[in-house]
Amino acid sequence: MLSRVADSLFWLGRYTERAENYSRFIDVNFNLSMDLPPGMAEQWQPLIAATGDEKRFLELYDGYSRENAIKFLAFDKENDNSILVSVTKARENARQIRESVSKEIWEVLNDLYHFMNNAVKRSAWKSLDPDQFKQIKYKLQLLQGIGYDTSPRTQGWYFNKLGQFLERADKTSRILDVKYHVLLPSVEEVGSPLDFLHWSALLKSVSGFNAYKKLYGKIEPSNIVEYLVLNVYFPRSIFYCLTEAEKCLHEISDAKRGYSNPAEKAIGTLRSELEYADINDVFKYGLHEYLDQLQRRINDISTAVYEQYFKIQPNFATQAQDQ
Amino acid sequence: MLFDQYKPSEHFDEMFEQQDCRGPYSEFKDHLQKFSKKKLFQLQDSADKAQMSMGMTFNVYHDNQGIEKILHLDLIPRIISGKEWEIIEKGLIQRITALNMFIGDLYHEQRILKEGIIPEELVLTSQDFLKPCVGLNPPKGIWCHITGSDIVRDKSGKFYVLEDNLRCPSGVSYLLENREIIKQAFPQLFSNIGVRPVSDYSNMLLAMLQNLSDKPNPTVVVLTPGIYNSAYFEHSYLAQQMGVELVTGQDLITQDNRVYMQTTKGLKQVDVIYRRIDDTFLDPNTFNPKSMLGVPGIFEAYKAGNVALANAPGTGVADDKAIYAYVPRIIKFYLGEEPILENVPTYLCSEKEDLEYVLENIEELVVKETNAAGGYGMMIGPKASKEEHAKFRKLVAAEPRKYIAQPTLSLSTVPTITEAGIAPRHVDLRPYILYGKEIKVLPGALTRVALVEGSLVVNSSQGGGSKDTWVLFD
Repeated sequence: MLSRVADSLFWLGRYTERAENYSRFIDVNFNLSMDLPPGMAEQWQPLIAATGDEKRFLELYDGYSRENAIKFLAFDKENDNSILVSVTKARENARQIRESVSKEIWEVLNDLYHFMNNAVKRSAWKSLDPDQFKQIKYKLQLLQGIGYDTSPRTQGWYFNKLGQFLERADKTSRILDVKYHVLLPSVEEVGSPLDFLHWSALLKSVSGFNAYKKLYGKIEPSNIVEYLVLNVYFPRSIFYCLTEAEKCLHEISDAKRGYSNPAEKAIGTLRSELEYADINDVFKYGLHEYLDQLQRRINDISTAVYEQYFKIQPNFATQAQDQ
Repeated sequence: MLFDQYKPSEHFDEMFEQQDCRGPYSEFKDHLQKFSKKKLFQLQDSADKAQMSMGMTFNVYHDNQGIEKILHLDLIPRIISGKEWEIIEKGLIQRITALNMFIGDLYHEQRILKEGIIPEELVLTSQDFLKPCVGLNPPKGIWCHITGSDIVRDKSGKFYVLEDNLRCPSGVSYLLENREIIKQAFPQLFSNIGVRPVSDYSNMLLAMLQNLSDKPNPTVVVLTPGIYNSAYFEHSYLAQQMGVELVTGQDLITQDNRVYMQTTKGLKQVDVIYRRIDDTFLDPNTFNPKSMLGVPGIFEAYKAGNVALANAPGTGVADDKAIYAYVPRIIKFYLGEEPILENVPTYLCSEKEDLEYVLENIEELVVKETNAAGGYGMMIGPKASKEEHAKFRKLVAAEPRKYIAQPTLSLSTVPTITEAGIAPRHVDLRPYILYGKEIKVLPGALTRVALVEGSLVVNSSQGGGSKDTWVLFD
């Protein structure tokens, strides 16, 4: 398929996944705020820090109020990663390849785009209504469901899923990292009911609470980290995402095992490291540091995919060299 | 009853002759009479919504904000009997045959100029006569693969060709999607009345394009200027319907006089390009050096016979409004036949007598710039102000070659849904002709309608809408 089309499908996958994860980010805090003891302030700063866009936030706002945080994460067109911008970019990508996406996908994406713009018009960040994020999430899940049932499993599908899983791996690591940034009032609070609350909220935000309970039983930080980073079954764990992304790369290149290009080599290496890691290795490295290097390596994989499949020769420059 | 209050215009009304319903419309009328006005308006409303959700939109783009407008589709169709259609079909085939021979002649022997049928300088000074195309032989000798002629009907009910539109005519996607929407609005009617189907168009188009290559299974692509082009919806629609890639200039690259597209599995050679980019933007090496839309080297590849372009570069020369006046003579010269479809009488300002007539009678005439399209660069005498008359007198006198004039046409009307109820509105007719192994006219057309009362401007860029066009089996 055309490199440009593959590129657009990849980013369509990334932007829709990003939008969904940002609505999940916001959910973490909504979940938390409902259970917080009276007098305990909501912490929006850790959330902003975990997105990696704190610098941009400080350029635009002068305090971590709920209103500012929600506007920034969801509705601000000045934030390159806000839900609004991700949805707009997803739609732009789909528009450029209208002939390659199903009509139903286009219609849902269109609807979501108008939903976001209407929300901006009525300054939705001022409302305390968590329901709108649920709606955004539902619309994005509808998009996934339709795609799953209507897309042919050809190269285009695998580029789209590759983008989605790489994005999800990155975002799961960032959601987990929120916990690192959340400040407990004192060291003694580790393992306290408040700490417990934080962890539960985190699990709920990745729709992983019930499944976690089934697999591990009680809330235990090391188990949660294992669940989100290394678990083989949970579809949002970093290991799971990398495994799926690697499969996509193999489908695209027709490689049966091992690697046939640098992108496959990079992802295969990372995936197998996680496969043979246990939770002690993670904590030995330091959770935050561990997540940080994962994010960097996922980024490198994305770059390698670009080099391998999307990069096109500028026809004008080539021509100039020929002459 | 729905049509009881309808007052046909003093022009040719496609549905009524005074109070009597014309033959092709009789079944349609019987069916619609059962509807209440409210029901009709509801149907119209759901048709509008269907268009929006199908994304049948025109685009005006600023930043990330798309302003997307629909081309309004009026529910009441334009119906043409099989007999009337036969005249149009034969006339268009004759016209396209002659025009194709004409273009070939201009870039080779120029017999028609040598024999003085057309003044030499009229062709040679036209900016659409492309010197790089001289001596060129396009695959299978076909220049104008896709044509969308504009046809109008005068008071007496006679058809005239108004424009030939030989370069990248747009609108066929609206024709096809309009039909889908209208089928949903009047499902029973369709099965009873015998409307000729148009859904075969994308197959016809693909077969026509494949015919241009000698390879058994050639790679065909649609080349678009990109998402900012107002016809982008159509480009992507046609690519998708044909199951071929939609490419932009940046996806293509030339090497050794061959054109390749850049895919995830490396370079893939392209054999046939349905290009929706104007001639002069195709190749900055040969034509407009500033063009960023085209592909450097594509013209050389075309000349070497390694890629086919539809329509062929240079075709626009036969689409010049000054050349238009000569088409009846062109038909006679190459085919030895009288034209089946007539031209609208045309005054060439480049000819002294005509120029004098135009300057004296500018109030009565429609004056058009020879190279403008889309209803721009045009003055409708009877509707224009004194200042505009004076302005155009000056313009025409200064550069007579740039202008032609025609008597004000009385376009036919079709009943149309307006806020006030059903009222007559002026229409034209754009059938689509494909030149492949043989010349085929799609049995249907885009009927464009001027939605403003009394207006004669049907262009979508200037407030026109459209109607589905039914060609009957009879």
